[in-house]
Amino acid sequence: MSFLTNLINGISLGSIYAIIALGYTMVYGIAKMLNFAHGDVIMVGGYLCFIVVSHLNLPPIAAILLAVVGCTALGIVVERLAYKPLRQAASLAVLITAIGVSYFLQNSALLIWGADPKAFPSVVPFPSLNLFGGQLTISSITLVTVLVCVLIMVALTTFTSKTKMGKAMRACSEDKGAAQLMGINVDTTISMVFAIGSGLAAIAGVLLCSAYPTLMPTTGSMPGIKAFTAAVLGGIGSIPGAALGGVLLGVIEIFAKAYISTQLADAIVFAVLIVVLLIRPAGLLGKEIHEKV
Amino acid sequence: MSMLSINDINVYYGSIHAVKGVSFDVNEGEIVTLIGANGAGKSTTLNTVAGLLKASSGSIEFEGESLQGVAAHRMVSRGIALCPEGRRVFQNMTVRENLDMGAFTRSEEEAKEMRARVYESFPRLKERRTQPAGTLSGGEQQMLAMGRALMSKPKLMMLDEPSMGLAPVLVQEIFSIIKQLNEQGTTILLVEQNARMALSIASRAYVLETGRVSMSGDASELLHDERVRKAYLGA
Repeated sequence: MSFLTNLINGISLGSIYAIIALGYTMVYGIAKMLNFAHGDVIMVGGYLCFIVVSHLNLPPIAAILLAVVGCTALGIVVERLAYKPLRQAASLAVLITAIGVSYFLQNSALLIWGADPKAFPSVVPFPSLNLFGGQLTISSITLVTVLVCVLIMVALTTFTSKTKMGKAMRACSEDKGAAQLMGINVDTTISMVFAIGSGLAAIAGVLLCSAYPTLMPTTGSMPGIKAFTAAVLGGIGSIPGAALGGVLLGVIEIFAKAYISTQLADAIVFAVLIVVLLIRPAGLLGKEIHEKV
Repeated sequence: MSMLSINDINVYYGSIHAVKGVSFDVNEGEIVTLIGANGAGKSTTLNTVAGLLKASSGSIEFEGESLQGVAAHRMVSRGIALCPEGRRVFQNMTVRENLDMGAFTRSEEEAKEMRARVYESFPRLKERRTQPAGTLSGGEQQMLAMGRALMSKPKLMMLDEPSMGLAPVLVQEIFSIIKQLNEQGTTILLVEQNARMALSIASRAYVLETGRVSMSGDASELLHDERVRKAYLGA
């Protein structure tokens, strides 16, 4: 039974990585930039949720909504102020700016909320699920996390394949110049993808803090880096790739912790990434890019 | 009054002065072609009209209104569509999705109406509507790019090197479609290296040489002009 428990926990942790990775991958697909501040938006989402539940005593669902709205706005503002002026700049300049934004968010959180870890209240008030006469216990947050991840995947896939705006996003990710010729406002589209990515980060933040209930200004960085790894593993720019990469990474991490070594778990995760990239440089579901001559 | 009026525009590509004081007009209902060698500034001129590049001086007027400072994505709603050089269809999107993108600024009903019209002009696109554009042949991709531009119901359609890289029989087909679109009421501004084909369907033509208009006139006259024949028609 412990194998099954580990597998379920791995899928659940992986679902959180997947939700974060979706934000990474969508922003990369359209803005062609690695938003290294993405992980810190998770942390902001966590704090927003924490404040609403602990200080305002509002129900968890209001807290989640507020976190999503707050992070969506944060994403739009960050893109407008920090990244948009660099639209024509070298990608290295954008990358360094993203790292700067990451530190800015972490230190702002430190200033506002202090360095001491906050005990995060669970936003999922359901009892755990007992199966096989109590041999297998699955916490409600684990189930909710997986469910939310599946819902988000379905919603995003539908959005990008069926709606006009979603198709416009795909058009922008392929060829911004041609997209403009269609009448698509590329700036608005980029802004929108940041909004979606940051909204997802907020959801991931709430789920992450519910599953691992300590909240600090640096809470978002490690999951952020791992989700980035997941996005690359699955093939950056690909939505199913992000989901697959995220879940795989979560499962590998939990199995490594359970069967090999807790200390070495992260090293193993990144080793897997290196091996996959050696064999498939574009990631598991990524497209090989053939340079046109 | 002319539909499109370009007056003394200068365009720089970084430090390269690509278009040097070019002026020309396109009247409603015409097919006007810009011909010239590689690097003469033809594509730069079209991209400037489409708003993808900015002219450093001079004026561009469409239906009496200045296009100065109008963003590229606002041109389609004004009635200007560009079918760009190299087709630039969205490779990972289906034929149908590409066409839908062409009608991005239009309502669902208008899109439906235009789609029917595009499928009529390009029956092969209808057959292949569920295929990703990247799987189409070069000729089919050119048809898709033209169909996509047509979806916005443009008053002025600009075509940049539609014959590039196509077999002669396909070039014939593409040009007869351009002529047909024009007969159905779309004004055409055509940039071509295949000067013979372009001159044979155009009403008027401008010859561009290193960023300047070196000659202009009726297409049929230019087709028989000794200098044009020597320089661009290989005869």
